[in-house]
Amino acid sequence: MLNLIPAYPEIFLTLMILVIMVVDLYLKDAQRIWTHALSIFALLGVALLSTAYLVEGATYYGFNGMFVSDALSNLLKLCCALTLVLVLMLSRQYIQERAMYKGEFYTLSLFSMLGQMVMISANNFITVYLGLELMSLSLYALVALRRDHVTASEAAMKYFVLGALASGFMLYGFSMVYGATGGLLNFPEMAYLLNSQPANDALMVLGLVFIIAGLAFKLGAVPFHMWVPDVYQGAPTAVTLLIGAAPKLAAFAIVFRILIEGMVYMALVWQDMLIVLAVLSLVLGNLIAIAQKNLKRMLAYSTISHMGFVLLGLAAGVVNGNLLSETDAYSAALFYVITYVLTTLGTFGMILLLARGDFEAEELSDLKGLHKRSPWYAFLMLVLMFSLAGVPPTVGFQAKLAVLQEVVNAGHVWIAVIAVMASLIGAFYYLRVVKLMYFDEPTDTQVLTPRRDLHLALSVCGMATLLLGLLPGPLLTLCLHVIDITLHS
Amino acid sequence: MTTTLPYLSLATWTPILFGLLILACGNDRNPNIVRGIALVGALISLALTVPLYTGFDAAAHGMQFVEKISWIERFNVHYHLGVDGISLWFVLLTAFITVIVIISAWEVIEQHVAQYMAAFLILSGLMIGVFCALDGLLFYIFFEATLIPMYIIIGVWGGPNRVYAAFKFFLYTLLGSLLTLVAFIYLYSKSGGFDIEGWHNVALTRQEQILIFLAFLMAFAVKVPMWPVHTWLPDAHVEAPTGGSVVLAAIMLKLGAYGFLRFSLPITPDASHELAGLMIMLSLIAVVYIGLVALVQADMKKLVAYSSIAHMGFVTLGFFIFNLMGVEGAIVQMISHGFISGAMFLCIGVLYDRVHSRQIADYGGVVNVMPKFAVLFVFFAMANCGLPATSGFVGEFMVILGGVEYNFWIGLLAATTLIFGAAYSLWMVKRVIFGAVKHAHVAALSDLSLRETLMLGLLAVAVLAMGLYPLPFTEIMHVSVGDLLKHVATSKL
Repeated sequence: MLNLIPAYPEIFLTLMILVIMVVDLYLKDAQRIWTHALSIFALLGVALLSTAYLVEGATYYGFNGMFVSDALSNLLKLCCALTLVLVLMLSRQYIQERAMYKGEFYTLSLFSMLGQMVMISANNFITVYLGLELMSLSLYALVALRRDHVTASEAAMKYFVLGALASGFMLYGFSMVYGATGGLLNFPEMAYLLNSQPANDALMVLGLVFIIAGLAFKLGAVPFHMWVPDVYQGAPTAVTLLIGAAPKLAAFAIVFRILIEGMVYMALVWQDMLIVLAVLSLVLGNLIAIAQKNLKRMLAYSTISHMGFVLLGLAAGVVNGNLLSETDAYSAALFYVITYVLTTLGTFGMILLLARGDFEAEELSDLKGLHKRSPWYAFLMLVLMFSLAGVPPTVGFQAKLAVLQEVVNAGHVWIAVIAVMASLIGAFYYLRVVKLMYFDEPTDTQVLTPRRDLHLALSVCGMATLLLGLLPGPLLTLCLHVIDITLHS
Repeated sequence: MTTTLPYLSLATWTPILFGLLILACGNDRNPNIVRGIALVGALISLALTVPLYTGFDAAAHGMQFVEKISWIERFNVHYHLGVDGISLWFVLLTAFITVIVIISAWEVIEQHVAQYMAAFLILSGLMIGVFCALDGLLFYIFFEATLIPMYIIIGVWGGPNRVYAAFKFFLYTLLGSLLTLVAFIYLYSKSGGFDIEGWHNVALTRQEQILIFLAFLMAFAVKVPMWPVHTWLPDAHVEAPTGGSVVLAAIMLKLGAYGFLRFSLPITPDASHELAGLMIMLSLIAVVYIGLVALVQADMKKLVAYSSIAHMGFVTLGFFIFNLMGVEGAIVQMISHGFISGAMFLCIGVLYDRVHSRQIADYGGVVNVMPKFAVLFVFFAMANCGLPATSGFVGEFMVILGGVEYNFWIGLLAATTLIFGAAYSLWMVKRVIFGAVKHAHVAALSDLSLRETLMLGLLAVAVLAMGLYPLPFTEIMHVSVGDLLKHVATSKL
């Protein structure tokens, strides 16, 4: 019999999407607020369900073990849902001013959310692929939503072609592993097999290489990062936020499922690959970001470097074939990715705030003198920038600290030194943003009058960045606990 | 001893809370209210440090006024504060200087008054936190967080080249402290916690000690600053507003020197001994070479900035000769330099507010129009070159004595500072204060206002008191410095 318990949040969300699609047909443009409200209601429902599962703490398998609902999946689903709520709040004004305030925006966003939830709960290669494609196809369409906009269409094309290529890579890798393991697709069974007979044959390793290339593409790690700046810059900012925030959580989840739950006994092979990807991302991401004049493009390169940190955390779990520190290391990476998404919401939210009418405030110079125009938003952006730069007392520092600690624990002191030097380079361009806001005179003196929901969501992001920096304890403990019961139950 | 109130937390957080309060409700329409609140906040913070002094037991070993609660369980980080004889004076100094800085900005700062006052109050709380922190991570967070307000202070209220100076200040300091962070993390993985006193006793091999010492050196040498990583300081000083220069010279430089005492020496004693030669050499270069550089400066602020570097060279020299006289002299020198350099920058600020120039060549004969100011300026310049009966003499004399005890030639080289110090200070005095009035704008100068007399007078009293009766200063630190030296003398190998 089908066990549907693990999929209740997904089922709920699917039903809600169908309801929203139908309801939206009968709404006039002026009544679109109902679509907005229903979407937020659906997401809050998902958040509530995930929290309930998270509190219960049990692990359920469904669909012949292809689908799992465990602590990690519920925490990530909760984060995804809350992220999307914030995204919708932040972007309502923006999409309204750009004729994107349509039912499609909401249904596609929610479908991409559904795809992320399937990725997060995937316990099998097929499920991973299903979720990934559902998410990606929705996002491709979202990027192209402004179909009369040249750069957006170009970005959509690029995203689609490269994304399809990466999916192909990954699928090819899956098929090799499928062959090498004698027909296994479920991760726990694969781990069991690899534990009993360490498989290092060439086919398995080759398959792994393809899978990691695909995963690195989805995370946006160097040298598979080419799409990130173009898509971040080209897509309408609201969609950039949809691509840059919650999907990182889902990408983290599939990396965790495939590499750690499925192939942790091959860690010696993939850890080195991750370290190479991480170091390249850290160094190149930060270096190229310096040269950018476009804020969105700069933040895209900054994302690349931050993914380097996440990968470092993931690569520090297995030390000399010993699994003792895996909980610590993976929880540090989880903490990093969650807090990074929070900060991203704030920074892109600021771009949404500054944009108005048909004007996109995405050049660095658009931030000039923000301090004089609005001290509060300048202060929020200051906190967010210092958080990205990893300067205490913001959460970015705590996240970097957590990851660096695991890197040093794993014996890679020199990699930690490279990572902090890369952060130093990064500090330069974050400081430049602060300089523009505080030291320069404004070129644009129009008073900022954002909607209340935008103001609220932005303030929440900025303040959470500061508060979590001062009191990171509960979230750190939660991440530790979640990874612990996910790995050891 | 037991205390009823968490005085250290109060001393740390009161200015920060006042700063946030001003930030939240102050605006440029009612600057006087903002100034008033800021002054009240600074005075309350200063008052809160008085019980620290009166309640301090100079005979007791170890930390006093200790507060310890778990903060981040996951990393075994504690909110752990405490002071010993070494850090106590810096807490008092910071609170005192903050009051002076608030007074000094009274009429001078007209733009963004609330933000200016708030930045200094927050900075003050953070620096007190640095001196009180007994947990490595807490120390690091306070240490790094001080960069943010200082960056803003230089960048918003600074001179024409302020952006360059602010970036240089921030990135230079960050470079050093990030390596220290790696060292901290390494110590964490060795000892399982961030407790500084625990780190003092953690066993480390020779190679580990040397690498950790060098990582610490990166952070603290930049902050002190030691030659050759001092170049950010003249830029920062010249561009910063007067208050920024005062805080920078009086307190922020001490954060680095304090770091040597709290981290480098006790955690890596063997490396400290092994690399003492290098440290002494760098310190002497700072004393002699930077002293000569100060001599040729045309800009008064630059001159005082270089003189600060030379004086801080004295401090690091005192630390690495490992005797009681040297270390105590160095600490006395740090406190005294806090008063004197602060006062020098305030004096330059007084002139700058009137003439808007810091070039020595733009002045001359100031004594004829500003007699009160001239008295104080000459007094502080004398103190700066170590005239007996001023606080500048006590510390330098003690370090020179300690130096002679360690090695005669080192003592002799260090003593040249008395000559160079006198040369650059007095030559500046001659060109600025004395002589005939050459410029019309000098002839039009008005003497010190009540506010300016008050702030300079307070510092003059402090300089004189410390020079005439230094016993209370050395008495309090005696036990702590003795313990530190005993600890450093014990090999960890």
